[in-house]
Amino acid sequence: MSNAATVRVQLVHLAHARSGDKGDTANVGLIAYDPAHFDLLREQVTAERVKAHFGGMVEGDVERFELPNLGALNFLLHGALDGGGTISLMNDAQGKVFSTALLRMEIDVPAELAEAVAGRGRVPAGWSVDDYGAGRGTGDGGTER
Amino acid sequence: MSDTDVRTIRIASGQGFWGDDLEAPVRQVEGGPIDYLMLDYLAEVTMSIMQKQRDRDPSAGYARDFVPLMERIFPACVERDIRVVTNAGGVNPQGCAEALIEAGRRAGVAGRARVGRVEGDDILDRLPDLIAAGHALTNMETGEPLEPVLDRVRSANVYIGAEPIVEALGQGAHVIVTGRSTDTALTYAPMMHAFGWTRDDHDRIATGVVAGHINECGAQSSGGNCLIDWWSAPDMARVGFPIVEASPDGTFVVTKHPGTGGRVTRQTIAEQILYEMGDPSEYITPDVVADFTTIALDEVGEDRVKVSGVTGGPRTDFLKVSIAYSDGWKATGTLTYAWPDAAAKARAAAKILRERLDRLGLEFDAVRTELVGWDSTHGPLAGDPPADLPEVQLRVGARGKKREDVERFTREIAPLVLTGPPSVTGFAGGRPRVQEIMAYWPALVRREVVEPHLGVHVEEV
Repeated sequence: MSNAATVRVQLVHLAHARSGDKGDTANVGLIAYDPAHFDLLREQVTAERVKAHFGGMVEGDVERFELPNLGALNFLLHGALDGGGTISLMNDAQGKVFSTALLRMEIDVPAELAEAVAGRGRVPAGWSVDDYGAGRGTGDGGTER
Repeated sequence: MSDTDVRTIRIASGQGFWGDDLEAPVRQVEGGPIDYLMLDYLAEVTMSIMQKQRDRDPSAGYARDFVPLMERIFPACVERDIRVVTNAGGVNPQGCAEALIEAGRRAGVAGRARVGRVEGDDILDRLPDLIAAGHALTNMETGEPLEPVLDRVRSANVYIGAEPIVEALGQGAHVIVTGRSTDTALTYAPMMHAFGWTRDDHDRIATGVVAGHINECGAQSSGGNCLIDWWSAPDMARVGFPIVEASPDGTFVVTKHPGTGGRVTRQTIAEQILYEMGDPSEYITPDVVADFTTIALDEVGEDRVKVSGVTGGPRTDFLKVSIAYSDGWKATGTLTYAWPDAAAKARAAAKILRERLDRLGLEFDAVRTELVGWDSTHGPLAGDPPADLPEVQLRVGARGKKREDVERFTREIAPLVLTGPPSVTGFAGGRPRVQEIMAYWPALVRREVVEPHLGVHVEEV
C-alpha cells in the first residue's frame, strides 16, 4: 500500500466529527467512519497539522488525545472562541461547528481508497428535502417507510 | 445476564438543556416503560442567568419550564412509579421545590408523592470567608486568584456529586430537585441507589458517568445534530430521546422508545461521547475519575447499543466551582447586503463603521466583523467570497468595560443604511440590545469545605 499512488482527500469523506466548548477552548472529536481508517487519521491528523489548518482561528496550542476504542481522536483548540461563553463576539461562540471546519482538512490516502469513499459524508446526488424524515436516500443507516 | 433482566433499570433522558424540546419528557413518560426520568437544564452560563432572575425576584432563579412540565406528567409518574431527577433548581432549589409541590397539588397527587431537594452547592455568600480562610479559588485557566474580582462575582456554585441525590431517593422522594449537581450524576445516582453501589465501586460508577454523558444532551445521542448520513435520519420530527437500560454488573444498553424517530447506533453514541471532551483518560466528576478510552460499544439490536468495559479511579479531594462575574458589556448588530459584490459592500461598511467608532473616541476591548453566509463559522477556511455571492449578512460585535461606549456602538449601525455602501436592508429589528458580560471563572475547592453544607430535604406534596 505504501507504494501505491496516493491522492489528497478531505476528511469529510473519511470521518465524522462533533465539537463543543469549555471556556475559551473548543474541542473537536474526529471519528473514522471505518475503524480500519483510524491509523490514517492517527498518522496524518497530528496536533501540528491541525494547528496549521486552523491558522489564526486558534490563538493557543492544539492538544490531541487518542481514543482507539472508538476509532477517534480528540483535539483541544485553546484560545479559539474569542474568550468563550458570554464574552465571545463570535457567531459560533460555543464552537459548535469547528467540527466541520476540521473536516475541510485534506490527507493523503491510496487512490483506490479515495475512489471508494468519494461522496461519503455529503448529501447523495438526487436527494431532496422531500426525502428527509422518511429514512430514504442512502444505502445504510435509514429505515424504509 | 440478558438485557431484559428484570433487575435492569431504565433511565430516560428528557431535557438536554434549558430550552430543549418541551414535548420530549412527555414522550419519554408516555412512550413505554421507564423507571427514572432525568432532566438536565444547566450549562456553564445558565447559573448566572438564573442568578440575575433571582436578584429581580427572590422566588425565581430556577428552570421555570420544569414546573408546568411536571404539572402535566406528575400523575403519570406517580401511577407508574417513575422517579424524576433534575437540576432544574438552578440557584434556587427551594423556590423550585415549592412551586413543584403546588403544581403537584393542582395535578392531583397530594398525599401520593414526595419532593426532595438538594441544597448547599451555592457558595456565593461564603466566598469572602473562604478567601479569608486561605482558599484562593484560583482560575483554572489563567492561574489568577479570585479576590480582585470578588466584588463583581454574581454566582458561585459547586459541582456536586450523586450522594445527596442517592440519599433523597433512599428517603422515598419521587422527584428530586438539585442546584448545580453535575450533569452526569442525574443519571448515575439512580444506578447507585437501585444497585447499592458505594463510592468505592469505581468502575461501575465510571460506567454510570458514561451513561450520564450520553443522556445529558438529550437527542444528541439519538440522531440529533449528528453528521452520520444526517439526511437519512428517520422521522426527526418525533425524535426519540435516549434511554439507558442499566444492569447491576455495570454495563448498560442505550436505546429509545419504539416508534419514535432518530436512531441509536454505535456511531451516534461515539459522536456524543466526544462532545465537550477534554482528556478522555481523565474524565473528572465529583464521584469518580472515568477513563473514556476504555469504553466498548457494541450494536446488540436495532437502536440498541451496549456499553461495557469502562474503568474508573477514585474521586479527587477537590470539587469544581462554577463562578460567574461581571466583566463588561457587549452588543452585536447585523445588516444584510445584496448582489452584486455583496461581500465587498459588507466589508466596506464595516471599515467605515470602525473609523466612526475610532473618531468618536470610544473604547472597546474588541470589535469583531463576520460575514454570515460566508465566513462566520469557518473563518478564513472559507476562502475569498465570490463577487456573485447573492447576499451576505454583516455581523458586527463590540465589547468593552464602559457600558455607555457599547450603547453608542449600537447607535452607529442603523446610520450605515443611508450613509454607507448600497444595496443594504434587514434592519427591521431596531437597535441591538446591550448585554452584560458574565464571564466564567472555573476553580477548585477542597471537598471538605463544601460537603458538610450539603443538605437533603424531602417533603410530601
